[in-house]
Amino acid sequence: VVLKDGLRSQVSAALKEGRVTPTELCQRCLALIKSTKFLNAYITVAEETALKQAEESEERYKRGQPLGVLDGIPVAVKDNFNTAGIETTCASNMLRGYISPYNATVVQKLLDQGAVLLGKTNLDEFAMGSGSTDGVFGPVRNPWSYSRQYREKSVPKSHSEDKESDWVITGGSSGGSAAAVSSFTCFAALGSDTGGSTRNPAAHCGVVGLKPTYGLISRHGLIPLVNSMDVPGILTRCVDDAALVLGSLAGHDPKDSTTIQEDFKPFELPNLTDVSKLSIGIPKEYHAPGLSSEILALWSKAADLFKNAGAKVVEVSLPHTCYSIVCYHVLCTAEVASNMARFDGLEYGHRSAMKESTESMYAATRREGFNDVVRGRILSGNYFLLKQNYEKYFVKAQKVRRLIVNDFVKVFRSGVDILLTPTTLSDAAPYMEFIQEDNRTRSAQDDILTQAANMAGLPAINVPTVLSERGLPVGLQFIGHSFQEKQLLTVAKWFEKQVQFPVIQLEEVKGLDSGVFQHQKSASFS
Amino acid sequence: QQVSVEVLDHLEHLALVDFRDSEGVERLQKAIQFADQLQEVNTDGVEPMDSVLEDRCLYLREDDVTEGNCTKELLENAREKVEEYFVAPPGNIPLPKLEERETFLQGS
Repeated sequence: VVLKDGLRSQVSAALKEGRVTPTELCQRCLALIKSTKFLNAYITVAEETALKQAEESEERYKRGQPLGVLDGIPVAVKDNFNTAGIETTCASNMLRGYISPYNATVVQKLLDQGAVLLGKTNLDEFAMGSGSTDGVFGPVRNPWSYSRQYREKSVPKSHSEDKESDWVITGGSSGGSAAAVSSFTCFAALGSDTGGSTRNPAAHCGVVGLKPTYGLISRHGLIPLVNSMDVPGILTRCVDDAALVLGSLAGHDPKDSTTIQEDFKPFELPNLTDVSKLSIGIPKEYHAPGLSSEILALWSKAADLFKNAGAKVVEVSLPHTCYSIVCYHVLCTAEVASNMARFDGLEYGHRSAMKESTESMYAATRREGFNDVVRGRILSGNYFLLKQNYEKYFVKAQKVRRLIVNDFVKVFRSGVDILLTPTTLSDAAPYMEFIQEDNRTRSAQDDILTQAANMAGLPAINVPTVLSERGLPVGLQFIGHSFQEKQLLTVAKWFEKQVQFPVIQLEEVKGLDSGVFQHQKSASFS
Repeated sequence: QQVSVEVLDHLEHLALVDFRDSEGVERLQKAIQFADQLQEVNTDGVEPMDSVLEDRCLYLREDDVTEGNCTKELLENAREKVEEYFVAPPGNIPLPKLEERETFLQGS
């Protein structure tokens, strides 16, 4: 078994047949995490508990009673999901040292299936950001920065330039999860998606990033950002694996009243060969300002791919697309203002030493615990919620939201099955360039293509498509009808097969801890 | 159109979070400017939308106690506690007024 193998197709069989054991898989992943520490993808590595879970899984396989395809599979979870007994920080000083007393429902579901939880991945503080650069544990580095494909294309600016400094970002906010999957340290990872936070880093890291329909997967235990838009996201190396993980997570949860009550039936994806009955919509407004010519050309090529295979490809219009990001900005900050109010230092998390009064203790705790980005959004949100501003901003944004949702309804009702759009405006930016602009500006720019799907609650997926001229991943996004994940993933799988996205070729990195890395190289990345 | 110091002070009180420096105030100004673009959209006759699941009935559980008795776990994460109580500093003491407290806004 090589670490890049697909779960259902190869790893599961290998585990059942005893060609590899859960303990071996776990140990290899843990070793790889250690040797890729410079990526800063993990905040917490739960080595002891992971090995214990692997041992228990091994016992089950020996008895011939595995819990399912996920039994013994190493996974990682974004650090804004509660994990019992394991620190959950949201990459913020506010929750440093906070040991969750419970598992988020999705985490519990993974564990109930026998998955091995390797650790918690890095993110932007409280999932606010599009670069995974604004957390207290530092930025996450895109594994592709260390790939032969990128290195070949990058021109050193001067002979003395430190190769160290031209690494590129992962995108965000689920950058740690995306980097973990991309660098083979786990087979699947959980992210969260509120404005594109799973799809954006998936595109930059060359992995599959699925945002399910709002209401399909429980948010219980996911530390909330925007209650009306948040969803747990799934990151894997292939579409089949995403469908597999989706199958184990979806379904009604009595602990989350925003999950729909209909039964969810896990599905296997058919191997689509005939796309002639498909209607693919190309929303013209997604030709957004700032879209790189490279991605524009790629998008067009993809549309042709479908056309040539017999599908109906039509241009459609979602007229309110350009207002989606403004609408999101208001609704997000308003909900954040409310959601962040729970952090007062009294029951959990950081508590200031200030003792004068309750209010001054709260104020000092929040001053000390939150970074600029979080504080900024709280203050903006409170501004939009002021009595004198409520109608003008918050209610107005809610009305614009309905217009955005209606745009999609109209297009889907006209016969379009799936929308095809770019996921990001360009390939991953170098870190030094990315931090030139502030978080809000960057988020506003980077979320533009992904945000509307959250506004409308629709399922969307990033499929890694091709390498850019700089040797970095570029992905395309498919958006589907509400709760039609099977159709969405079937089309995504067909597309994945057509494009044959290359495997990352991670090079040994000079001067960094690369001993084990080199050893792994021959065994794993062939 | 600049936000007045009174409103900024009011926001710091409501949010219990500080602007910290002129950059913080600038951030708010830019956020408002950005949000003002919403005024360009015609929303006559459009109802505000709370949730994409508005056409469905929210799930309500039966009013039965199914879990609890986890006082010990819940108190684990609190810094200051006495027996089974979370301990807070004295309440009912309002935050000092703008002139009296240490805030960046004082200079404005």
